[in-house]
Amino acid sequence: MAINWFKYSAPSTFYGLAGRLVPWFAWPAALLFCIGLYVGFFVAPSDVVQGEAYRIIFIHVPASILSMFIYLIMAGYAALGLIFNTRLSAMMATALAPTGALFALISLWTGALWGKPMWGAWWVWDARLTSELILLFLYLGFIALQASIDDPRRADRAGALLAIVGSVNVPIIYFSVKWWNTLHQGSTIKFTGTSMHIAMQQAMFTMLLACWLYVIAVSLVRVRSIILERERNNQWVTELAEVKR
Amino acid sequence: MLQEMRNNMKPRRKRLFFILAAIAIFGAAVGLVLYALKNNVSLYFTPTQVFNKEAPQARSFRVGGLVVDGSLKRERDGLTVHFDITDTQKTMAVTYKGILPDLFKEGKGVVAQGKLQADNVFYAEEVLAKHDENYVAPEAARALELAAKAASAVAPSTPITK
Repeated sequence: MAINWFKYSAPSTFYGLAGRLVPWFAWPAALLFCIGLYVGFFVAPSDVVQGEAYRIIFIHVPASILSMFIYLIMAGYAALGLIFNTRLSAMMATALAPTGALFALISLWTGALWGKPMWGAWWVWDARLTSELILLFLYLGFIALQASIDDPRRADRAGALLAIVGSVNVPIIYFSVKWWNTLHQGSTIKFTGTSMHIAMQQAMFTMLLACWLYVIAVSLVRVRSIILERERNNQWVTELAEVKR
Repeated sequence: MLQEMRNNMKPRRKRLFFILAAIAIFGAAVGLVLYALKNNVSLYFTPTQVFNKEAPQARSFRVGGLVVDGSLKRERDGLTVHFDITDTQKTMAVTYKGILPDLFKEGKGVVAQGKLQADNVFYAEEVLAKHDENYVAPEAARALELAAKAASAVAPSTPITK
């Protein structure tokens, strides 16, 4: 059975597909959030050095990983839009940006809340924290740049350029703890193994998966609104049951 | 030849080529800048760097390393503390008056901001604890301790190497 993938790169067909896909990501996300938080708060043991404060990792680590990952996906979609002139990929990039900014903010915020009792400071200008702050500014800059240009096609191109150039920052965030002396600790999750108790790991990876599914669900919902907004003058939109109503 | 290549390329090929070239050039530029600013990007100096006079002399800077076991001494006022910081190569003395963070412990990482005075003692204005990447449950920590004790009991002559 051959599927014509290009059929779904048209906003008119993707609108319906995205709508059907949302519950398949939203419900598992909600379920995994509950499991992850339960394991994180009630099953995982306390840390021998940090006590209960370490439990911030169950939200801080997934948020940080996803803030970087979403940026790369966003830049990838933006590049696709720029190269192939496809409308839908540019819309996906626009749809991902607010969620990425949200996760970058959560990562910085929870990090500060943990940093005060553990390090003794809300904020230090070390390489990891500073580059993550730049990531938040890149997201906000992308959103602001697109919003400031009236013509959506030109806004897409300008935003795409910023997104692509900014992607240089992501490896800097990831490797910052290796390249420079930082106050932020090195990576706990390595390809060679993880220096963490098994229940803590399970809770963290469950939360990571939950956040990931949430990102997919919420960006699909958002891209549907963007499609409706941009294609509002097309006939297929006016014929939609939810628009007619 | 370049002209020929340019003519043969489809527009989307050309755009892909330009984007890849832009990322490569921009990435290289950022890389060079960060490499040139290596010492400025790092949050702290190591005791070895301070010993080699790579740290600023007159103004305040940060120094980071491990607190030497058994070096922590408290003065009568209960606030002023003296301890040594090491990077396993060099060791330097630090004096600090104030409240230490919860994670501050002998043998653990620490970052102190302050000035090196003429008596070669680092007078810190701020002390931050550096956490490592290990998360250990209390039972696991006890098990490790017992294992270490058992190992030292079996072979007391050979020191445990990490």
